[in-house]
Amino acid sequence: MDTTHASRLMPGRDFGARAVARKAVRSGRFRTLPSLRLSVVLPSLVLATMLACAFLPNVLAPYGITDMDNDAILSPPTQHHWFGTDHFGRDIFSLLVFGAERSLVMATGTVLIAAGLGGTLGLVIGYVGGAADFVLMRLVDVWMSVPQILMAIIIATALRPSVGHTIMAVGLVLVPQFVRVMRGKVIAVRARPFIEASRSIGTGHATILFRHVLPHTLAPMFVMVTLGMAIAILLGSVLSFIGIGVIDDRPDWGFLLSQGRDYVTVAWWFPTFPGLAITALVVSINTLANKLKAHLTP
Amino acid sequence: MLFVTRRLLAACGVILGTITLVFFILYWLPGDPAALIAGDDASVAMVANIRAKLGTTAPLWQQYITYLVHLAHGDFGTSFTTNEPVWHRLAAQLPATLQLTFCASLVALTLGLTFGMLAAVNRDGWLDHFLQTLSMFFTSMPSFWMGLLLILIFSVGLRWLPAVGSGSFRQVILPALCLGLNVSAWLSGMVRNSVIEVLEEPFITTLRGKGLRERQILATHVLRNALIPLVTMFGLLAGELISSTVVVETIFARQGLGRLLVESVGVKDIPVVMGVTIFASGVFVLINLLVDLSYLWIDPRIKA
Repeated sequence: MDTTHASRLMPGRDFGARAVARKAVRSGRFRTLPSLRLSVVLPSLVLATMLACAFLPNVLAPYGITDMDNDAILSPPTQHHWFGTDHFGRDIFSLLVFGAERSLVMATGTVLIAAGLGGTLGLVIGYVGGAADFVLMRLVDVWMSVPQILMAIIIATALRPSVGHTIMAVGLVLVPQFVRVMRGKVIAVRARPFIEASRSIGTGHATILFRHVLPHTLAPMFVMVTLGMAIAILLGSVLSFIGIGVIDDRPDWGFLLSQGRDYVTVAWWFPTFPGLAITALVVSINTLANKLKAHLTP
Repeated sequence: MLFVTRRLLAACGVILGTITLVFFILYWLPGDPAALIAGDDASVAMVANIRAKLGTTAPLWQQYITYLVHLAHGDFGTSFTTNEPVWHRLAAQLPATLQLTFCASLVALTLGLTFGMLAAVNRDGWLDHFLQTLSMFFTSMPSFWMGLLLILIFSVGLRWLPAVGSGSFRQVILPALCLGLNVSAWLSGMVRNSVIEVLEEPFITTLRGKGLRERQILATHVLRNALIPLVTMFGLLAGELISSTVVVETIFARQGLGRLLVESVGVKDIPVVMGVTIFASGVFVLINLLVDLSYLWIDPRIKA
């Protein structure tokens, strides 16, 4: 706001001093701590909370997974049950705390498969080029021509339901994206003069690939890994929601949400909070991934 | 002409590859699809019976050739649960899905273009930041949760619209909104970047120098140029649209291909699962082919 203009409009109030103070805040110490902005702090806090839930569920959850409160079946949020209870009288907040582990295992496992397989393939075919590159990229085209959810559904259908298989299904769906990012970066790096210089002094291909090419691909791969985690959580929860994911006694956010769907007309809290947990985690990961991307690729 | 022929051939190759991939995932990956269909507590005779019906007694490559030959004649196989031709079941569900995707595309285009333009014009202003945050939320939200929230607000809370079913126009509003909001969030981000890129072109400065009004520049010059890269994006978003249909139709208990897929997965009706997947992928490839070909018309330099 223009200070003089505002003072003229409202002569009784001291806009000048405030503006000076605001200016000091803007240009002063606070400016030197850009990492402390809300858009970084908030998602980091959410992520830290999720990690704490995954590692210490017994400490953080007020109730156990199988604790059923018969007097409070489908109870709305109260001071005893912050997020209400489900159709068995189980505490939804506690179920969500115990479910965090599944989501994080899902995200990590999936990205390990996708980055391991896709990253290696992209690194090799990007460097080797030629026929291998051509053939594999056509395969990637075919792989990507099946929409993601459909691909995850048919792989999960073909395999027996288990945590490992769900992770494998979603991981395989994400492989082509990692191949593309890795290959593109490798081709760009390969064309740079220092690679040719390295070759001319007799460095072997393997050394060039791992010592000189690979380090340059780490930044975009890191961003891709973060984004991949977000996609993995969403796809995994879709599989649980449809009912072809893992169904065992461990709570799972997607599965909780699908159970809550049957009670949407009588217990709004039942589907709302599991969905909120998934959204909070995915938004946080995506926000951090975008910040990383802006930071790593100027 | 060379461009067209090459693209057509490539698309045919991709479709053939897709059929092969889907076939091997569903028939080879589980080991014995008959055992998968029968379930864990089926007798040996039952499994053998299903195997004969499914035609999986023959070697895998022979089954594959047979499937391709049948498909070439428009035969997608026979549904396991209803014994109808798979194609009939697909055709019966197609209109509901087309209605949903058409309405959702309208929602997505209207919201995506409007909000994308608004964000670009107010670049780095509060409206831009607000819209970007909003779009981040909508892209990160599982579409099935958004569907449930819409039901909670508009059906349970306000009682304005029916929550489930298909057929009437009122029943398509919520599902179309759910699907459209999701896609519009992706779209608005792309529109924003595309418009900003055009706004930085020198010819915009020329137009301003000529004294044209900002609104006129936006409507006639910026939008037209910004739309060119967006055509490609539409091809990519089609995949997102098809994917989300599966979930949205299930939430709102609508008729449609996605619902058919989820139901068939539940009862392990492999021929139908395969039919829907191949059909949806074929449509996806076809849309991307059309997008490629539309460049001939949009950008004449490609002809060379």
